[in-house]
Amino acid sequence: MDQKWVNFIFIGLSFAVYIVIAIRSRAGSTKEYYTAGGGVSPLANGMATAADWMSAATFISMAGAVAISGYDASRFLMGWTGGFVLLTILMVPYLRKFGKATVPDFVGDRYYSKVARAVAVICAIFICMTYIMGQMRGVGVVFSQLFGIGIPAGVIIGASIVFFYAGLGGMKGITYTQVAQYCVMAFAYTIPAIFISIVLTNNMIPQLGLIGDFTAGNPTQGAESISFLDKINAINTQIGFQEYTSGKLSKINMFCITAALMCGTAGLPHVIVRFFTVKDVAAVRKSACWTLLFIAVIYLTAPAIGAFSRVNLIQELHQTSYKEVPTWFKDFEKTQQMVWVDKNGDGKIQYFGPAKSEANTFSVFKGKQPTYKLIAKDGEEEFGSLGQRLITNEIDHSNPNELWFGNDVMVMANPQMAGLPKWVIALLMAGCIAAALSTAAGLLLVLSTSISHDLMKKIIKPELSDKQEMKYARIASFAALAIAAYFGINPPSAFIAKTVAFAFGLAASSFFPTLLIGIFSKRMNKEGAVAGMISGIVFTLGYIIYFQFLGGKPSQYLLGITPEGIGFVGMLLNFVVSFTVARFTPAPSQEIQDLVEDIRSPKGVGAAVDH
Amino acid sequence: MSKKKSHWRESLNLVISLLIVWFVASLGCSILWRDWLDEHAFKVGNAPFGFWMAQQGSIIVFILLLFVYAIGMNKLDKKYHN
Repeated sequence: MDQKWVNFIFIGLSFAVYIVIAIRSRAGSTKEYYTAGGGVSPLANGMATAADWMSAATFISMAGAVAISGYDASRFLMGWTGGFVLLTILMVPYLRKFGKATVPDFVGDRYYSKVARAVAVICAIFICMTYIMGQMRGVGVVFSQLFGIGIPAGVIIGASIVFFYAGLGGMKGITYTQVAQYCVMAFAYTIPAIFISIVLTNNMIPQLGLIGDFTAGNPTQGAESISFLDKINAINTQIGFQEYTSGKLSKINMFCITAALMCGTAGLPHVIVRFFTVKDVAAVRKSACWTLLFIAVIYLTAPAIGAFSRVNLIQELHQTSYKEVPTWFKDFEKTQQMVWVDKNGDGKIQYFGPAKSEANTFSVFKGKQPTYKLIAKDGEEEFGSLGQRLITNEIDHSNPNELWFGNDVMVMANPQMAGLPKWVIALLMAGCIAAALSTAAGLLLVLSTSISHDLMKKIIKPELSDKQEMKYARIASFAALAIAAYFGINPPSAFIAKTVAFAFGLAASSFFPTLLIGIFSKRMNKEGAVAGMISGIVFTLGYIIYFQFLGGKPSQYLLGITPEGIGFVGMLLNFVVSFTVARFTPAPSQEIQDLVEDIRSPKGVGAAVDH
Repeated sequence: MSKKKSHWRESLNLVISLLIVWFVASLGCSILWRDWLDEHAFKVGNAPFGFWMAQQGSIIVFILLLFVYAIGMNKLDKKYHN
């Protein structure tokens, strides 16, 4: 059977399951819509949160990042899982005890101020919006790759499906759908890794394969074995990249980026809200254990997939004549994910790193994305002498590297590079789509409640009824999705990928300290919190804008910290400003101090465990 | 009231000690002291210790931390709210 049809069958089946679940668990009340009625079991909630957590970006491109930067990519591995620890032990149990449906609710009540609430709503909307855009783009890319349709059509199909079950089912529908999606993702991620690990290292467990011996193409058993990491280091240095196990980023920069990702993660509203769906505080803790365990299944596999696919990619393509190139290479040429430019005219693909040229570069062409050549008359692309695709970008002749590929392609290409069976590839496709849809749906829900609940009901129109609120939530999610789909079809170039990374910095410098101090300090007042949030976010945003858009030079970086990691400094600033301002302004009322006292004890008087 | 206070103090102690382990495992072993550990500490399989911590070890530590947290906090709840 054709690969295309196998893909269709797998994705069709998984969709059927999601939709059936969404219809069977439709929301009946606002409470069910927002928090699934508070009655989801810790295990199910753990799986759903894990699915929510792992976006298309994580699922598709994290292993690609590991493959390309080796040790340096540990910042993502540790940043996102370590952030989860902060989230669980510092935030979620207390916010759950507080017992309101959204994060701006907490900020607004704790800091007894509409200004604080409004700032929180704006932060939530901004963070969620940038995320959904990225997810929509991801869905579009996967669909277009699959069915050979254009990206716009792919985005629109994806958006309608997300709207269908996020809009109808509410949190309850989403939770159970995400359980199913997690299962698809976990299998899709680990099964190819196991196959490849057996081929390359003769070890069934990829995590052990990574730290084991390299055995492929080494039939003489008992001969001197070579460690897999030594092998990949050797391959890397041979073609002019730095050693896989050593990093390129400076220590302080690596530290700041990792810390910013961790703290930013702990301030993400769509994950915090997830824990409002379980019964009580004890269940929250249990649920968090499950979540991290389920996340770790994927995160511990990613380094192995990254390293394996790098070895496979280089061995399959480097010094291979284009005539003998494997068919998957041509497939990825078709979807503009791989490019070969025959700089030296020998008909072979050469892949070289920066150390192979005097200019210390390895870009194949000028610019970030390749654009394929078109012939004006009939719209057909023009091909090179060997049938390869040509690009219109100016070719970079300062180095001998001839191969370009998108980071995101690694996970999808991996099973094909290793020659795995068709059903494994189809499963992976279904997993990619599950990852993108589940995160988009969760985000959409937070976004729509932020607008309908926090903005409309609490600030603009307090007399809104339950039913009207639901109506606003649905309208808001439709509008948000339409905007996200628009940006999915017309991404402001590299803008989305960048803002997604920066959103973490912004969350770290705004939400994280404010929530943390709100729980752990009774003395913090609204003046301190608002001043802290504003100074943190303005500083971080200013730094990012200056270096990304106003032409700041890397030599001007503060202590060599890139904009990716500046959120950490912004966070420190937020803390300092908050405490300084709070010292010179009046303490909050006794009522507020009692409220803080109350959220600290998991049961206590008048326990807020009514749902 | 004082019961509430000592519950809070004990749970703070737990949280702070977990955070110290968290810092040492991730930002410490995997980034700050990584070079020294790669040179001098034992290897995990074929991987230098610092590199292994950065790619796999710290994540395993994180999971253990959450289990310790859940068990420890539930114990505290029982102790103070029965």
